[in-house]
Parts: sequence; C-alpha cells; structure tokens
Amino acid sequence: MAMLHTVNKSPYQCNTLESCLNHTQEGDVVLLIEDGVYAAAKGGRAADALAAAKGVKICALSADVKARGLDGRIIDGVEIVDYAGFVDLVTETDKTQAWL
Amino acid sequence: MKLGIVVLEGPYQHEAADTAYNFAVAALEKGHEVFRVFFYHDGVNNATRLMVPPQDDRHIQQRWSELAEKHNLDLVVCVAAAQRRGILDEDEQGRHGKDANNIAPGFRISGLGQLIEAGIQCDRLVFFGD
Repeated sequence: MAMLHTVNKSPYQCNTLESCLNHTQEGDVVLLIEDGVYAAAKGGRAADALAAAKGVKICALSADVKARGLDGRIIDGVEIVDYAGFVDLVTETDKTQAWL
Repeated sequence: MKLGIVVLEGPYQHEAADTAYNFAVAALEKGHEVFRVFFYHDGVNNATRLMVPPQDDRHIQQRWSELAEKHNLDLVVCVAAAQRRGILDEDEQGRHGKDANNIAPGFRISGLGQLIEAGIQCDRLVFFGD
C-alpha cells in the first residue's frame, strides 16, 4: 500500500514535512508542491532530513520550483516532475494524503 | 482512472486553487475522468461569477467554468460554506430573500453528501488547501 504524500508548506514556516517524514513507510512517495519545494533547496534547513529519508521517493513539482527561482538549486535525489507526473504519482500509488 | 478533487482555499489568496486547476487539466489531458471537483470552506469563493480580475491576470472562476463546459465536469459548492460567504444560486437567493445571486456557470450548490459520494465513487481523492 504505497501512499503519495503532498507537502505544500515551507520548512521555514512549519514542521509539516517533518511530521510527514515521521509517518512515511517504505515505498511511499513525498511530493513537494507550492511552498513545500523550499525544503529541497540545496543547503536548506530540510535538505538533510530529505536526504536521510530511506526507501521513500522524494519529488518536487517543476512549476513551483521554477516559480520560486530554485531551478538548478535542488538537492540530488529529488525527482522533478511536471503536472502530468503529479497525476501519474496519484494513480500509481494507492492513496493520496495532503499534509495541509 | 476516476479522480475526485477537493478545493479548500479561495482564489487569489492561496495557490491551492491554481494547483487544483492545473492538476485537473493534466488529469484530463492524460485521459482520466474527473468525477467531481468539490469546493469547501473558502474554496467556495472560486464559484462567484462577479469576480473581475485585471485583464492580464488569470480569471480563476472563468477558467473553472470553461473546463467544466469542455469536459462536462461536476463542480459542486458546499451549501453551508457558500451561505456563510454569500455564494448563492437562484434557489438559495429566493429561500433567503436576497436581492441577487452570483453562482457562476458550471457550478452547482449541494451538500457534503456529494463529497462523501466522491470519496466512495472515485479511485483517488486529492485535496488542495492551506
């Protein structure tokens, strides 16, 4: 039962991502959207936590990455997906949980 | 696949309304069925036809209405959330003795049962909010 977790909050704003990563299980996917993409910025507060998330695929929504000027500044291991990729993640996993 | 979408935030206030729309467009382009878009809490503000954004800005309501017309989408606005925020259709206008209504084409006002039904009928239910 793989689950897609969407996180739309900056790690500088609140600890939504931390809560999410405490609940993910092996095979799950975490998709960073909206301000959530700040978590994947190189040298950022959440970069280490994301790199340490074993067995969990981390993705970031390309439109939101671009909108925040983070192109080319995303840590290794984070897959950049477009909206079509977002839809695929929703359909390839069994459930979607939005960490609002 | 049959997808349900829930929008919990108003237009021009939070990115959720934009993200949900872009997601819906991408899902339809991929050939999925969008069974219903349910607007709840401040999300009901997406449904007023009286919004007049600047011409060089996206028209969030019109965008939803056009997508609904093109793909025969079911855009449902929660009645209790709508009443609180002054989103009325003709029936609600008459029932509450108001002098106008403002629901946009393609949207309809209904109850939470529609959200529950979407949860049961859809293969996936995706929430967009703050």
